[in-house]
Amino acid sequence: MTTVLTDPIVPNFDVVDPDRKLAIICSKGNLDMAYPALVLANAALGEGIPTHLFFTFWGFDIINRKTMDHLKFTMLGNTATHMPQGLGGLPGMTAMSTHQLKKSIADVGVPEVPEFLEQIVGAGGHLWACRMSADMMQLNEDDLYEEVEGIISATDFIEMTAGAQLLFI
Amino acid sequence: MPTTTLAGHTVDVNEEGFLIDPADWSDDLAAVLAAQIGITLDDAHWDVIRFARKDFEATGESPTIRRLSTAGGIPPKRFFELFPQKPAKKLAYVAGLPKPRGCV
Repeated sequence: MTTVLTDPIVPNFDVVDPDRKLAIICSKGNLDMAYPALVLANAALGEGIPTHLFFTFWGFDIINRKTMDHLKFTMLGNTATHMPQGLGGLPGMTAMSTHQLKKSIADVGVPEVPEFLEQIVGAGGHLWACRMSADMMQLNEDDLYEEVEGIISATDFIEMTAGAQLLFI
Repeated sequence: MPTTTLAGHTVDVNEEGFLIDPADWSDDLAAVLAAQIGITLDDAHWDVIRFARKDFEATGESPTIRRLSTAGGIPPKRFFELFPQKPAKKLAYVAGLPKPRGCV
């Protein structure tokens, strides 16, 4: 049945909860642990939600210039590959698994990590590096992706993201 | 399926207001749809809209932020300036296309 409406239906694009914010803590440097954070950050930004990412511990690899384009995926300890675990330890298996995963990601039109970060920043996302991790790894701002806004303490991040929804990855 | 009248155009829309049939769309209607969501179209908007229409014709999908950037040459920052806050959804609405399905 067709209903004819006199008032047009207009999507509610601007009803963004003004207090909604998303904070994502990226603590892992594996390729398959980087993407969930990046995909979710991108999705949140596309919905007009202010989004802050905090890179800490192994998550530093995602914003370290030397490693950001060389994240790896390993079958070891990952039963979801449904392959015998012993295979994962053979020489070359991590390189091969990484290559395969990168190909699958590219096939669905999703960018590599550095380009994805660039997109997130372009969409208004904020990148922060963890002070303790930087000190432990003896890294400074020059070692990090140039769009990282600063090296800040965990306290600073918690304060900055007051009231935010939080994801720990 | 509701039918609505927008500045003299009678069109079928879904429950959110997106056009059901992209063929119902026209330049006139785009300006009306844009005005509904507070956007006044200029040349830069039109470039993006034309790309979205062409890309939908070719792929059957409404472009995402990523697609706009790689295939359309519109950087995310610029896209957010033109269609603030929810650029991909707003563009689809104004271009008479379905809501984008892609995640990235």
